[in-house]
Order: sequence, then structure tokens, then C-alpha cells
Amino acid sequence: MSAILVDGVVYASWIFLVSVGLTLVFGVLRILNLAHGSLYAVGAYMGAWLVVRYFHAGMPLALSFALLLAGALIAGLVLGPLIERLLLRHTYGRDEVMQLLVTYALFLILGDLTKLVWGVDPYYAYAPYSMLGNISVGTIPYPRYDLVLIGIAVIVGVALWLITNRTRFGRLMTAVIRDREISTALGINVPLVCTAAFTIGAVLAALGGAFTAPTISVVPGIDVTVIVLSFAVVVIGGLGSLEGAALGSLIVGIARAAAVHLFPDLDLVAIYLVMTIVLIFKPQGLFGRAEVKRL
Amino acid sequence: MSADSGHARRLLGVAILVAILALLGPRLVGWTQFLLTVALGESLAVIGVALLMRAGLVSFGQGLFSAAGAYAVAYAMRLWGVHEAFVLLAVAIVTSIVLAAVIGPLICRYRQIFFAMISLAFSMVLYSILLKFNALTGGSDGMEVPAATVLGFHASAGGLAASYYYLTLAWFGAALFATAVYCASPVGYLARAVRDNEIRLEYLGASVRDVTFRTYLFAAALTGLSGGLFALSVGHVSPTLAYWTKSGEFIFAALLGGTSSPFAPVVGTVVFESLNSYLSASFPNVWQMALGVVMLAIILLLPRGLWSIYQTLAARRAR
Amino acid sequence: MSEPILEAVGLRKRFGAVVACDDISVAFGAGELVGVVGPNGAGKTTFVNVVTGYVTPDAGHIRYRGREHDALTPRGAVALGIARSFQHPQLYASLSVLENALIALAVKRKEHASWQPLKRKWALDEGHALLERFALDEVANTEVSQLPEGRRKVLDIALSFALEPSVLLLDEPTSGVSAREKFALMDTVTGVLAQTEMTVLFIEHDMEIVERYAHRVLAFVEGRIIADGRSADVLADARVRELVLGIAEGA
Repeated sequence: MSAILVDGVVYASWIFLVSVGLTLVFGVLRILNLAHGSLYAVGAYMGAWLVVRYFHAGMPLALSFALLLAGALIAGLVLGPLIERLLLRHTYGRDEVMQLLVTYALFLILGDLTKLVWGVDPYYAYAPYSMLGNISVGTIPYPRYDLVLIGIAVIVGVALWLITNRTRFGRLMTAVIRDREISTALGINVPLVCTAAFTIGAVLAALGGAFTAPTISVVPGIDVTVIVLSFAVVVIGGLGSLEGAALGSLIVGIARAAAVHLFPDLDLVAIYLVMTIVLIFKPQGLFGRAEVKRL
Repeated sequence: MSADSGHARRLLGVAILVAILALLGPRLVGWTQFLLTVALGESLAVIGVALLMRAGLVSFGQGLFSAAGAYAVAYAMRLWGVHEAFVLLAVAIVTSIVLAAVIGPLICRYRQIFFAMISLAFSMVLYSILLKFNALTGGSDGMEVPAATVLGFHASAGGLAASYYYLTLAWFGAALFATAVYCASPVGYLARAVRDNEIRLEYLGASVRDVTFRTYLFAAALTGLSGGLFALSVGHVSPTLAYWTKSGEFIFAALLGGTSSPFAPVVGTVVFESLNSYLSASFPNVWQMALGVVMLAIILLLPRGLWSIYQTLAARRAR
Repeated sequence: MSEPILEAVGLRKRFGAVVACDDISVAFGAGELVGVVGPNGAGKTTFVNVVTGYVTPDAGHIRYRGREHDALTPRGAVALGIARSFQHPQLYASLSVLENALIALAVKRKEHASWQPLKRKWALDEGHALLERFALDEVANTEVSQLPEGRRKVLDIALSFALEPSVLLLDEPTSGVSAREKFALMDTVTGVLAQTEMTVLFIEHDMEIVERYAHRVLAFVEGRIIADGRSADVLADARVRELVLGIAEGA
């Protein structure tokens, strides 16, 4: 039972990290970005590649974390504005589904680009993970690296909360989330807020990827799992809600951990089962706002 | 506007297309015939996706029904010893309809990206079930589908491909005609009305949910048939049929062809499958990227698909 | 008034702090042509929304032909014989005017599940006949998205009319229509309606229109009906003049 809880929290932190950007981008841009998983994959490749290339045994451990962070920042800060300005901007105001298909096309393109840049052979960047060693919780050993993931998730969550609730940019973003037209009328530079929000989302996706890289073998195809899981999280929590993403991650994390321990073949099924149940009772997600069309 | 006196004109159109394809059959080289068999079968799934698109619903999980149809064929052969292709395909259709009837009431409450992603979720659930229950499903290897009989006849090894070509053609023709009838009927128009304005539909006294549900069932039936045809002609089923990128290919083909005519998705599928078989072999590393770029170009520059080129030309000639 | 066809009994509806319907009770007889006036936010559209099942009332109910209905749905209302049009026309923008009409007529005939073509000869004739009554036939093959606002408003009304309801509620039929076209629009619509026994309510801000076309007027202010009677009487009422028309007495 406690094993389920611990695993659940670890998994929840990871999935919060990779999915929170998706909900942020949806909140501000009203676009469900299927390429979010691709940005995650690019972050993972950047991180793994930097670690493999520059981090040799004997260097301080902290450097590997700096490299992972740098990889994520480079990936997000380059790709984020590029994608938003060159592509998504031309789809604002169009049908939501068309926008979804545009990001699907982007997903296809980024998938092959990643392969062209980094090849199809797996990258192993286990060093930061294995060097941290294990910690015992009760009698069961847990990798210390998992604690790092929890820490990063908490930092990201708190930072995002502070940005949205305590800064001027956060207030502008909230205004755009609430009502885009009124925000434009109020003189808010909505396009700039969109670029910034998408870039933050991209950095978060890449950050999730980079810090996941040491725990997995980085291969083509990791983009897909992430988008599918993130979507489940975001739907459970309510599209566009930060608190929802946190709670959704926790629910999905624990559901998956329970499934892994009890019915190991059904982890994905368990997650979608939870999602379906939530949707039946709260179609807008736990923190979503229902919109009623005015006649 | 000329009156629509009945479905005779539609029957004629489909019959002409099927006749051309039937006459073409013996003249095709072996692998082009196989390519066309697969493409015509797959086009039924694409038609299903296109019909949902006409109602404003983008299914990123239509592979759910191809897989259901394909595995239904495989199981019917293995468990019940059925070997007659027409029976097997009927089983495929019924399986898909039953599945759609179960999840349809839930999924048809949703629109837009929710519909897209929840349909995706359902197909991924089937995918992971097919993948994980090795003993029953053969896991990632899937299952072999032995040769079926067509109307009681065992084709010789050399004649099997040809007999499947005509089998596919027969079902393709029937399904295309059914689609044409559907599109011209009130339900077909009501589906387009759902995309345009649900409020008005409810205030006419029609049930939006009924319309979307019916469309969903019909699309599922077509897609299940498509999966069954795939299982027979390829002789093999695997979980990738339910994988969401497979559904993505259906969407691609539907966008490519367009959705304004039942024939449009067929054009889209044949073009897509041809490109797929030539280009994915020659340029495996950039094939997905090429798909993505073409998809962007279609969405941004030709939102009504290749069929709209024909429509524009036809309209110009009429003038 | 003979036996009322439609009654609202103690309808209440609030949105947060705003009371949109405050204990509204009113009855309508067959064939009445009623103008509904009141400032913005007075609850006119909410009243129409409640009566047509778009909004569920917090309290009160609708009585239709003597039977009580607590919570209607749009479809339920239509099934009873209550139809409506919209301030912002709700149409099938990507379809032609004729196709919009054919869909309405097919739904009216309960052909949702028919396999017969929508555009059969006699169905087309019926569609053209409907459009002709509303002077829309010349744009029959125009896509609705290309239609000017005035025409869209008329088509919106025509679709509701096609359902042959007993009660038809028109939400601001002339808003967004040029002053010149307003009277032509109302002439067309009331001309068609006069040949029927339909009870018609229309929300209207233009008092000239109300004066000319309504037989009876309801004045809404802050969720209440402050005046109800023959149009000349209501429009002459001091409180209506002050609160609805913004004319201070003696000024």
C-alpha cells in the first residue's frame, strides 16, 4: 500500500512536469498541442545528448543537472517562439479541430526531425541517475533521483503558481485566459502573451523530457506516450487549470501505481478508466469551467 | 437546383466506378493489384472518418474499429472455424457496431478536441489490451489470418490475390453506395447541421445526440468492414491497427481527399496509399515529415482537399 | 381572453446577483401578437429562454394548453408546439438557404431516420414554397454565410415557422437590420403569421415597430412585468415611458 503511494507520488511528479505545459498552452492559446510530446522528446534528446557528450565520469554531479537544464532551456526557448510565430499564429481564430490537426502535422514533422538530428539509436544518459544512488523507504530501496523529480515538480508548480498569481505577466495571462477579446480591447498585447505562454509551455515540456532522460533509454517514439498520458491528466483536471493539472497528475499517478502493483498489464487502461469516470460525472474536468453559450 | 428523384443516379455512379475497377483488375501487375485492394479496403475507414468530420467530429481513434473488425475476422476463423469471407466480414461489421453502440453514448456527448482525444483514448485502451494479453491476442506479433473462401470457393494460391480484389471491390461498391445514400438523406444533412449549429438543430426538435450517434454507428460499421477486409487481404492482424497514428493516417487521407463527396475520401486514400508505398520505402527517415508538411499545406492552402479541385473545374466547365 | 394557450406561473430565475425573472406570471391566448419591451437586462430574453427550455427556472412553471411543465428542454418545447427565433440567427452557415429550409421541413416531418433523399421533387417544392412566403426564394441557392443580416433574420424566423408551432417567440427580429428594412421585414413576417392562428411574442426595442405591429404589449423592468395591456395603453403608461422609453414625465 505504501509502495503504491510512494510510486504514485513519484509518477505523479513526473507526469505533472510533462503535462502542466500542455494545460498552460491550452489555457492561453486555446490550442491542444499534440506536438507537446515532441517537445518533450526534443528536450529528452537535448539533455541526454549533452550529458553523454560533455559529462564524463569524474565531473561533479551538479554539472549534469546544469546540462539537463541547459538542454531543456535551449530546446524550449528556440522551438517555442519559432513554432508559435511561424505556424500557430496563422491558425488563431480557426476551428479548434483544424488547430489540433496543425499540431498533429507538427508532431509528424518534429518526430522525423528528431530522428534526423539524433539518429534512431538509443541514447543512454543514466549517469546522473545511478550516481545519486538509492535511499531506503521502510525496507524498499528507492532511487534518490526520484526525489529530485519530485523536487523539480514542486518547484515548477510553485513557480507557475507564483507567476500566474503574483506577477504582472501572470495577471495579463489570466486576463487572456478569461477573455481574449476583452483583453485585446483593454490594450493587452495578446500575441506577445501567447508567444510567451507557448514558450513557457515548450520549456516545461522540454524540461520534463530532459530530466526524464536519465531514467529511460531515449529512443524514437517516447513522444507518443507522453502526449497520450498528459492529455488524460489535463482532461481529468480540467483543460487550462493549473490546480487541475496538479490534482489530475496525482490521481493518474496513484491510479497507475496501483494498477502496476495489482494488475501490471493494465496501467494504461487504468488511467483511461479514471479519465472516463471523471468525464462521465464532470465533463469539464475537476477544475474546468463549463461554458454556456449566450443566445 | 435539380430534384433528387431517388438513388438511381447514385447507384449508377458507384456501378460505373466499380465496373471500371473490375475491368482494370486483370490488367494490374500483382503488387499494384494488392495495393489497390488494400487502398479500397482502407478507403472505407477513411470514409468513416470523413463522415464524422462532416458532423464536426474528428476521430483520432477510428483505428479502434479497424482493429475490432480485423481481430473479429481473425477470431471468427480461429474460434468458430468460419472461413467464408462474406460471413467473416459480416462478423467484422457487427462487432464494430456493437462496440460503437457501447461507447457511442459516452463519446457522442463530446465535441471538438474532446471528441478527438477521447476517441484516441479508447483506441489506445484497445491497443494496450491487444498488446498485453499475449496468450489471447498474440501480443505485438498479432495473429495470422489464413486464406478464406469466397462464396464457397477455395482460390488457388495464385488466384487468392485476385479473388480478394473482387471481394474487396464488391464490398467497397456496396459500402460506397450506402454512403452516398446516407449523405443525400436527411440524416446526412442533419450531420452537417450538427457541425454548423447544434442549437438550431435542437430548436427544430431534432436530437443532436441521435444524429451524432447514428453517424458514429455508421462510421464504425464502415471502419469495421475496412478492418475485416484488411485482415483478409493482408493475412495478418496486429495491435498497430488500433494505434493512434493509424487513425492519424485516416485523418490525413480524409483531409487530402476532402469530405464534400463520398468519392473524395476514396481519392484521398488511393493517393495516400500510393505515396505511402513508394515514398515510405524510399525515404523512410523523412516520410512522416513529408506527410506533416503536406498536411499543413492542405490545411492552410486547400482546406477542402483534392476533391475541391475537381469541383472547381467542374463548376467552371458548367459555366 | 378565451382559454389561454400558454401561461407562465411564478417564473423565477437568477444569475448570481442578477434577478432576471422575478416571479413572472402571464398568460397568452391563441392568435395574439404580443410585443415585449424593456431596457437591456430587463429579463426579456431570459423569459424567452425559460419558456423555450434553454434555461431551467429556479421556481415556477409553464402551463401549456392547461398542462404543467416544470423543466422543459428545447426539444420538449418544440414537441409541444413552442418555437423561437434568435437575436443572433442560428442557422446552418455552410449550407444553402434552401437546404436550411429542407432540413427544418424534414425534421418537422420526423424524417430524421429516412433513407429517402432530402431533395425529392415534392420536398423541394415545399422548401421553395416556404422560402417564397418569406420572400427568400431568390436567394434559395446562396450559402447562408454569404447572406446579409436582414435575410438571415428572416430565414431564422422561417425555419421556426416551418415547424408550424402554436406559439412562436421572436427574439429581437429587427435588431441588426437597417431602419429602412425593418418595416419590410416585419410586414413580411406579420403578413405570413396573420394567415395562421399562431400566438406570437416578439421582443423589440424600436417603439415604432411595437406600436405598428403589436396588439398587446408587455413591459419588462428588472425581471418584472410592470405593464401589460393594449399597446396604446402600455406605451402611454407613465412608468413605461420613464423606465422603458427613458422619457421623464413633464419634461
